[in-house]
Amino acid sequence: MSTRQFGARVQRNEDARLITGRGRFVDDLPLDGVLHGAFARSAVARGRITHLDTTAARALPGVHRVYTHADLGELDVTMPLLIPHPCIGHPRTQYPLAHEDVYHVGQAIAFVVADDRYIAEDAARLIEIDYDILPVEVDPAKAALDGAPLVHEDVPNNIAAHLVQVSGDPDAAFAAADHVTRIQVRVDRSTAAPMECLSTAARWDAVSGELTVWDGTQAPIGLRGALSSLFDLDEDKVRVVAPDVGGGFGPKIVFPYSNEILVPFAAKDLRRPVKWVEDRSENFVHMTHERTQIHDIELAATSDGVVLGLRDTFLHDTGSFIPYGIAVAQVASTQIAGPYRIPAIHVTFDCVYTPTVPVTPYRGCGRPQANFAIERAMDQLAAELGIDRFEIRRRNFIAPDEFPYTRPDLVFADGLPVTLDSGRYDDALAALEKALDLDAIRAEQEQARAEGRLLGLGLSFYVEGTGLGPYEGAKIRLHPITGKAYVNTGLTAQGQGHETAWAQIVADQIGVRPEDVIVVEGDTGVFDWGVATFASRAAVVSGNAVHVAAVSARARIAQAAANMLEADPDDIELENGRAFVRGTSSRGVTLAEVATMSNPLRYAFNKAAQTATQFAPTARSTGKPLPDGERPGIEVSEYYSPPHATWAYGVHAALVEVDPVTCDIDVKRYVCVHDCGNMINPMIVEGQVAGGVAQGMGGAFYEKLEYDENGVLRNASFMDFLVPYATEVPHIEMIHMETPSPLNPLGIKGVGEAGTIPVGQVIASAVEDALSPLGAPPVRQVPLSPSAIHDLLREARVSA
Amino acid sequence: MNGNHGTDHLDAEPVDGDTRYGPDDRIAISLTVNGEKVEAAVSPRLLLSDFLRGDLGLTGTHVGCEHGVCGACTVHLDGMPARSCLTMAVQVDGMEVRTVEGLAEPDGTLHPVQRAFRECHGLQCGFCTPGFLMAVTHLVENEELAETDDGLRAQLAGNLCRCTGYMGIVAATRRAAAEIASKG
Repeated sequence: MSTRQFGARVQRNEDARLITGRGRFVDDLPLDGVLHGAFARSAVARGRITHLDTTAARALPGVHRVYTHADLGELDVTMPLLIPHPCIGHPRTQYPLAHEDVYHVGQAIAFVVADDRYIAEDAARLIEIDYDILPVEVDPAKAALDGAPLVHEDVPNNIAAHLVQVSGDPDAAFAAADHVTRIQVRVDRSTAAPMECLSTAARWDAVSGELTVWDGTQAPIGLRGALSSLFDLDEDKVRVVAPDVGGGFGPKIVFPYSNEILVPFAAKDLRRPVKWVEDRSENFVHMTHERTQIHDIELAATSDGVVLGLRDTFLHDTGSFIPYGIAVAQVASTQIAGPYRIPAIHVTFDCVYTPTVPVTPYRGCGRPQANFAIERAMDQLAAELGIDRFEIRRRNFIAPDEFPYTRPDLVFADGLPVTLDSGRYDDALAALEKALDLDAIRAEQEQARAEGRLLGLGLSFYVEGTGLGPYEGAKIRLHPITGKAYVNTGLTAQGQGHETAWAQIVADQIGVRPEDVIVVEGDTGVFDWGVATFASRAAVVSGNAVHVAAVSARARIAQAAANMLEADPDDIELENGRAFVRGTSSRGVTLAEVATMSNPLRYAFNKAAQTATQFAPTARSTGKPLPDGERPGIEVSEYYSPPHATWAYGVHAALVEVDPVTCDIDVKRYVCVHDCGNMINPMIVEGQVAGGVAQGMGGAFYEKLEYDENGVLRNASFMDFLVPYATEVPHIEMIHMETPSPLNPLGIKGVGEAGTIPVGQVIASAVEDALSPLGAPPVRQVPLSPSAIHDLLREARVSA
Repeated sequence: MNGNHGTDHLDAEPVDGDTRYGPDDRIAISLTVNGEKVEAAVSPRLLLSDFLRGDLGLTGTHVGCEHGVCGACTVHLDGMPARSCLTMAVQVDGMEVRTVEGLAEPDGTLHPVQRAFRECHGLQCGFCTPGFLMAVTHLVENEELAETDDGLRAQLAGNLCRCTGYMGIVAATRRAAAEIASKG
């Protein structure tokens, strides 16, 4: 093979359409005769509907139907609990449309279908809804107390789930400790805010009995399963297509949302295509949220800073329902010990219902909170023991020769005990110190402090279990006309560049250019074995499935070419779209010819096909044209199932200056060292990391969903909930380390969420360092708004 | 939460002699879109973004927030960048509109900004990209780029991207400006 594509900065195949306005997002798809939907949503957090009248809405010209729960028939059931777990004592999931009770502002109550969206929204406003308003408590800490208002009246203390996990002997560890550090930290609620809101379109074909649903989802196969089941249709009669999807970041993994039921239902009912596109304000009160957790963490350590044991008890706000199970809390609980040896762990959590939008994974999925807890605690321990923050981490790292490192009985999201597979944590920290030029920074900080400026350095070391199973697959087919390779997987992409990354992997095996590998994903009509895109798993699980399939395709091509060239398959080389015998590259056959000849034909539908017809001299065959056990064409499907999660890691640092007057924070440098194993495409990896850091910056500084005491979301717009512009994200200095994962053939670890995880702690640590000369209290919460900084400064002045 | 646009008439009492248009009226407009003459009759409450996407099939222009913050819907009106989600279709009567579909040459040759976005990985999901391309095209064709990174970022701060962290967009803007400058 000539130039290796794996590891190269290959430009993306998907860009051609996206930079010319030819993207294929759900709302871009032309659907003849399409009708438009709009929801009427609850205006109160917890209430009982006393009056619901759709008369005026139905009477509005241009309105086709208005649906309430009573119209849904067999679909009027609570939605599935997607990831059941025995610790969920009180699972509650939502109806597609609310019955008498509403549980959060924004819960769908009625669905209007009209000629256009303007009319549909007019009609939605004409629906009369009165409520008995019930008391609410939106703070999860208070909601879990005795006597708090209940979200679900039969769920005591609003506790949906409770889990205790013990690894090692924490009691002995705490008994043996010289020193115990205890802190409480909190991370607030945020939302993924993908640039494309949720969207669904559907068409019912009454002739074939087929339902086609185009949906901005991360999980088309899962949604297909749910719709087949709910609509009582064979899976073959339901096709779910996730075309271009404008960002996902987690919440689009959840299904089915109300729109994913109502839009196909209306299309089937009205025999017309129906489309619904969420608007931004609606997205804030409908699409799932994440992040609020309150951790009480304790570290038991020796006097020289070796951590012997960890106890963490935390509350996880799951919102009004728990459709995705305990995933967020479970991931947080299993990443709580970070990169540290810590041999004894006791971790307990409660998932608490609050009358708010349901909570499911958002980029990071509990890891940002766990990272914030353990790393804040490590900083505190370092301060209490008088040990440097870098040094205390170094003293606790799992060493390279200790891998695989298992935390017994701490069960990760793949159902297996946490087993960190590989890493060079010490090297990563050293690389960070070198990039920062730590001595120079400390001198600069001293100088700044002498001038009365507040300069601080913060750091955070994270680990991330990535590449969850159960499995993914890939189909590769060589096209007989063009010789191009077509690749399908069961995933879907929301910007991660699968069309390029998979093409690179295939190109290396079969000797074609990456642009000649056409990747089609996200369409259950094309390939419908697999799981979904989430948890930094695509490159690990699908990437390796594509690799295994490409190796298999290569073998089939070599065999077919060897037959054509009368050579040994082992002597066949593939390069530049051709197969030839090693050393004779001028002679050979094209991959198109190989694909043609490997499919015995009767009909010569074109000139090339003549060669494969039964009387052609080239297609001579003494036995069966297709020998027993053989299949026609060059087409393979293969699967990859990881033994367990593979653990990426990294360490970030920031140098910040706090303006004591405006409370503004200037991030002067941001340095990121990370290791996601072997990189398929460093350009794409850098984009993932940078985008992750940008979302982390949002979480560190700006993004906080503000529920008032009545459970009304007060900042449900981009004017009030601040997503970082280019001005709010620093330039990121990035250092790649590549420690191959021993778990998969390509040595890959996931990177999708990596950038986001440590940022809250990095900034908190840096701000705390900056304010330390003033005697400010420690930072225990993100986001760090200017008001939060102001509070820290005021407390410093009061205590001074 | 619904109804960011055009529902106020439902609450307003009709006044005798009121000459305001209603949503069912149709107003003739005549404009140029990507160099082609367009004549249409539109509801007075139709957003330009919906007119471009729905009536003209120019779905490259995306709608990310419908309240003028994200910039995904940015188009050029008589050469100036504008939010098509905050512009009514009737307002562009007589104007020249340029959308992302009008950036490349008729023969398909990409605009330097389009090329630079690809070369510098200035896009991931691609949803905000049309708006960025239009904003950056106006920037590099009409304004001086700030020399500092902070200054350039301020020039780009009319558009939101949730995927890239902006590094590729900053680099793409520099590259496109350099290419345009080198051609004089």
